[in-house]
Amino acid sequence: MNKILWPVLLVLTLSACSSTGDKPAAVESRTAQPTTTTGSSAGTTGTADAGVSGSTLPSAQATDPRKDPASPLYQRSVYFDFDKFDVKDQYRPMLEAHANYLKANSNARVILQGNTDERGSREYNLALGQKRAEAVRRVLNVMGVSDAQMEAISFGEEKLRNAGTTEDAHAENRRTDVVYGDE
Amino acid sequence: MGPVLDLAGIHEPLSERASIFMLRAALLFPLLCLALLSTPFAARAAMEIQVVGGAASQIAIAIVPFQAAPGQPTPALTDIVANDLDRSGQFKRVDTAGAPQAVQPAQVDYASWRSRGAEAVVIGQVLPAAGGRFEVRFYLLDAVRRTQLAALSYVIGPGQWRATAHQIADIIHEKLTGAPGAFSSRIAYVQKQGNRYELRVADADGYSPRIVVRSVEPVISPRFSPDGKRLAYVSFEDRKPIVYVQSLADGSRRKVAAFKGSNSAPAWAPDGKRLAVVLTRDEASQIYLINADGSNPVRLTRGGNLDTEPVFSPDGQSIYFTSDRGGSAQIYRMPATGGEARRVSFSGGYNVSPAISPNGRHLAYISRDEGRFRVTLLEIETGQTRVLTDTARDESPSFAPNGLAVLYATVAGNRGVLGTVTLDGRTRARLSESGVDAREPAWGP
Repeated sequence: MNKILWPVLLVLTLSACSSTGDKPAAVESRTAQPTTTTGSSAGTTGTADAGVSGSTLPSAQATDPRKDPASPLYQRSVYFDFDKFDVKDQYRPMLEAHANYLKANSNARVILQGNTDERGSREYNLALGQKRAEAVRRVLNVMGVSDAQMEAISFGEEKLRNAGTTEDAHAENRRTDVVYGDE
Repeated sequence: MGPVLDLAGIHEPLSERASIFMLRAALLFPLLCLALLSTPFAARAAMEIQVVGGAASQIAIAIVPFQAAPGQPTPALTDIVANDLDRSGQFKRVDTAGAPQAVQPAQVDYASWRSRGAEAVVIGQVLPAAGGRFEVRFYLLDAVRRTQLAALSYVIGPGQWRATAHQIADIIHEKLTGAPGAFSSRIAYVQKQGNRYELRVADADGYSPRIVVRSVEPVISPRFSPDGKRLAYVSFEDRKPIVYVQSLADGSRRKVAAFKGSNSAPAWAPDGKRLAVVLTRDEASQIYLINADGSNPVRLTRGGNLDTEPVFSPDGQSIYFTSDRGGSAQIYRMPATGGEARRVSFSGGYNVSPAISPNGRHLAYISRDEGRFRVTLLEIETGQTRVLTDTARDESPSFAPNGLAVLYATVAGNRGVLGTVTLDGRTRARLSESGVDAREPAWGP
């Protein structure tokens, strides 16, 4: 019975912990550094936020934007072409959002998980996936994120999201995922 | 008596997300155990082996079934010997149906065997010995000269049955071809079923598998130490690749490389004291030398290219490896102390996964040609290459300890299977288990 009880308790505890996002420290820092993130890329300026900061309702800050499907922080995957590891421009806004989140939350950690499609040698694909993770890490680094907050690792072809053999399936696997340490 | 599952020394690392799997496993495992205990292993297909082809010139051998002792294990020793010799491709078996039983050389009718085309004859007998043991006697005879090439006797317990047959096959192989057999060697491979991975060590014919690691996360790149007592491998149980070295005797293990980033591609130096590994702690995947206890990593490659899959030459002086430094995945060789690398693979745009033969003269690797990944052999001195397989998704080649065949993984019928092929490409064996995905094989001593 113990074998069932403890895992069930563990799962319940973990899900309870992650359901609410309110972390008073995070709320304060977001108020202190208002929306230089979404502000700059969306075109809305900080001046509007300067006026808003005093009247921002606490309840609006209680949700973790990383879990809000409307937020760029919800986007977690950068996709790559066959045999390639260059980060395409279309992913920059999303990566900027993550960079800003990380700069605003110095305790936050991300793991950048590189992946490949399943064709070819497993160890070579591990290294290719690593290149894809490193490429995203470098972009975040240039955007100002410190190395202490990031780790680039590879799953190679070992964690396929799509086990099919079509070109579309392969394309879905060639990616780097941004995974936060507290998720 | 079929394959025996030995559960001693298993590691079952858990990840955080394994709680759900553990729940299922906790429910299923008792059922599975019950099934394993109640089903006779001989009836449950472990590895199925199919052999096709043969060498251009084969030795005709008659393997006369040994006189049996009451209560001896199954299958017959001569069945195991015959399967071993078939896999080598070097022998053509002469039909023994209807031939008179002979257990002593004096009883052998050489003329009759010659008329059946036999060049060599194997005879023997199993006798009961004290304490439930058996005495196995066998003779290898030259049918042309009518002389004895080998005469041996073993006293064994039932647990040594298959090992004895493999020893007999090794002796026959060596006496008749001049080269040692590899039938007493072992292989390691990873078996995947759903979300469960098992790293297994089995006999070279796939029998008697033993689980050495059980995990819900992937395991890749197992490598036997030169003395065969330890296994290095890469495990994702900590949610990133880490290199372990595990003792096969007692299952104890240590992390040998768990640096920031990814750690992978272990390769033993011939002295068994150090390994080459691939680390990403500095920049991209680079090759390092590290002590077997994980101490003192020394970087060997430079330049921030993608460098991986190191393998030592048998004399320990060089390391072959895969690199993209020239713009495509190719195989290079550098001094084992690092330094200038020279390219050794020249045809095709993708050549990876080098394996070196025990005499250092051949390289086996995977080359991609029009989307097909196939085992290819390079004779290093002449530069001549030969594609050994006609499958399309080959991986992970390694040489037999006698250097006469290559073990690899491929896909057949929608699942991962293992294969062996001789260096002339003519004799192929397929080892597969239904319902199971086998991958990442490595041939060991």
